[in-house]
Amino acid sequence: MLLQMDSITKSYGSVTANSNVHFSLRKGEIHALVGENGAGKTTLMRILYGMESPTSGEIQLNGKPVSLGSPADAIKHKIGMVHQHFMLFPTFTIAENIVIGREPSKGVGFDRKAAAAETERLGKQYGMLVDPWKKVAECSLGMQQRVEILKVLHQGAEVIILDEPTGVLTPLEVKELLIAIKGLAAQGKSFILISHKLQEIMEVADRITVLRDGKVTGTVEAKDTNVEDLSRLMVGRDLVHISRNETNRGKLVLEVSNLSVNGAGAKALLREISFDVAEGEIVGIAGISGNGQSELIQSISGLLKPDKGMIKLLDHDVTGAPVGAIRACGLAHIPEDRYQWGVAKDATVTENGLMGHARKHQKYGVLSGSGIRRMVGEWVTRFGIKTGSLSTKAQFLSGGNLQKLIVARELAQKTPFLIAAEPTRGVDVGAMEIIHGELLNKRDERGAILLISSELTEILKLSDRILVMYEGQIAGELDASSATEEQISLLMAGGKAVG
Amino acid sequence: MDQLFDVSLFASTLRLVTPILLAALGGALCARVGLFNVGLEGLVLMGAFSAIVGNHFTGNVFAAVIFAVICTIIFSILFGYMSIHLKANVIVVGIALNFLALGLTTFSLRAVFDVKGAYYNKDMIGLPKWEIPLLQDIPWFGEALSGHSPLVYLSILLVIFLQLFLFKTVTGFRLLAAGENPTAAKSLGIKVARIQYGAVLMCSVLCGLAGAQLSLGNVTMFTEGMTSGRGFIALVATMLGQSNPLGVAASSLLFGFMDALSIRLQGFAMPTHFTMMLPYIVTIAAMLFFKDKNYMQEARKSNESSR
Repeated sequence: MLLQMDSITKSYGSVTANSNVHFSLRKGEIHALVGENGAGKTTLMRILYGMESPTSGEIQLNGKPVSLGSPADAIKHKIGMVHQHFMLFPTFTIAENIVIGREPSKGVGFDRKAAAAETERLGKQYGMLVDPWKKVAECSLGMQQRVEILKVLHQGAEVIILDEPTGVLTPLEVKELLIAIKGLAAQGKSFILISHKLQEIMEVADRITVLRDGKVTGTVEAKDTNVEDLSRLMVGRDLVHISRNETNRGKLVLEVSNLSVNGAGAKALLREISFDVAEGEIVGIAGISGNGQSELIQSISGLLKPDKGMIKLLDHDVTGAPVGAIRACGLAHIPEDRYQWGVAKDATVTENGLMGHARKHQKYGVLSGSGIRRMVGEWVTRFGIKTGSLSTKAQFLSGGNLQKLIVARELAQKTPFLIAAEPTRGVDVGAMEIIHGELLNKRDERGAILLISSELTEILKLSDRILVMYEGQIAGELDASSATEEQISLLMAGGKAVG
Repeated sequence: MDQLFDVSLFASTLRLVTPILLAALGGALCARVGLFNVGLEGLVLMGAFSAIVGNHFTGNVFAAVIFAVICTIIFSILFGYMSIHLKANVIVVGIALNFLALGLTTFSLRAVFDVKGAYYNKDMIGLPKWEIPLLQDIPWFGEALSGHSPLVYLSILLVIFLQLFLFKTVTGFRLLAAGENPTAAKSLGIKVARIQYGAVLMCSVLCGLAGAQLSLGNVTMFTEGMTSGRGFIALVATMLGQSNPLGVAASSLLFGFMDALSIRLQGFAMPTHFTMMLPYIVTIAAMLFFKDKNYMQEARKSNESSR
């Protein structure tokens, strides 16, 4: 056994993040660590990477006990970690990012040419080609991930921890990453893969360990299990299959006609888009991210002024209107990038929950504290948001829990129209089930929902009608009851609809 | 016009630019490790006062400069401890430092020399004037460039040294990394706090030298609040130069030149208080001109999460 973690327990005051956890890793193995948000996966890996010290327990490498007091120790013991939020220096070049910490030098000078050569050699050796002189800020997220992995390899890591590596990647980049991981494992590197995307894990992992509430609920060989069994281990109960009620399309809520956004480049970001959303239906927009979905959402919600076209919400013309006016008209919005549009990281859970609800909780301009806490407290229970308290700062919540808070906040607006952009990004299966249930509920209560998602399964599960976007245009419209993943994928890639 | 832009104007530019340049270089180092040091003014003032104290007690100019540097270092440890160790808001600490320095020097002026407002002693010797061989024989240039205090020449060498240090050495690279993304640097085992302390100490050495040039360079005296905003001008020079030593040097030169010009204009029957506004008007104009340049974006970025 290459690595062995025995009886690891980690408590923060009264909260136990890991309780008596056993974990092992063989050489050349891809071992997935799965569990819901806040199950203790990241804590366990932070202990292994020396960023946290365990309250009790022992770590053995090659049969010898080691103490890992800092990341520098872990690196020395050939353990490397790729963090969920990249640890890169955006204004530095790729080569600089890769060699940092063990820079090639000439005397006291930093030999940047040698660094570039080293980067190129590394890229060739592991089949991950990069341009050493390119600035990281100019790279796609998939490329940045590659830089992170090369950096860890340059540190000489034999054990590589990947924390939620696919969360921010496009489907194509995910595929490339999984191939790269398999290739490296074949060369003898060992991987610990933290994820809650069970399909991906089944595709790539050799063994799977499931954590729930800080305890191991099972370690299984990937070939002996399936997605259903794993989700049962993760959630602790069977997942309910959501059934869809038939609803009738009511009157039109959102009408978009000939909407265009030119943008700075030569190519228009949105070209002549027309569609509508009616009461009691979910319209799903599928597409590879970057094909105009963001601009479409921003135009409808008032964050971006369209160059041409008209947007009507409940018979009011809201084209180019200010955000506040559109919201007052009947819009709620679950934004696609929760850190940029969704929350203020330095504000508390309560304060973040209050955003957009402040008017309802004031008298003569003074906010009522107890009413607000009751409202946010109820969301926390209903959505199972894991937070220290209501006055915990948003930045200390995991991404999935933050997402649940945003969804709860926007649903509580009870508006006739809702934009749900990537509503379950980074959220575990249990929470996904809750969010999906709530969205369908809203639809059954005659709400109109515009759903934008890069997850095809989500689109197919929730939508009544599906629009596919490609290069700023609607490439096709499909009826959800008869649409297949193949049809949508083809349209997403710019092909023509068949049948 | 010839009378206005003559050799001595450029010579006095060089003299006046030195305190600003030294302090601005220090500010640039601090900014590069993510500590925006608003306390430059206070550090320079401390340097200026302690240089005079050192001179008074030792009678040796060299010892006086060393004494100024040591006092400034001690003073800056306060800044480092508060902002790095206790993670206090750097702006607040910086402003507090400025007022502390103003009060401390005024009080000590009375306690040490028993005078109010200013201390001057004609027996005190200022910094020597170095005539550079060969250079001084070149017409015009020799007159402008030669015959300054050693600190003037040192500041020019420091610009080149710091430029090479930041962008060509491994240590400089790590210093930049610590400022660019401290979380990531820590995760690589880079000792960020140590680097930040190092930068603060370097900054205080530079500010100490700036102070010594101010009180021992042109005149040999100390007056209350004699920095009169030069520390803040240095701060602007830091920003304008985008914390690049060469850029900082260029913007410092601009401010030094305006300073010299304003003094010169007083000789042309312009009201003193009007000419004294000149450097500051240029500062504001420069800020407007550079408002959407990189540096500002970087400052904004540093407020964002790296989590």
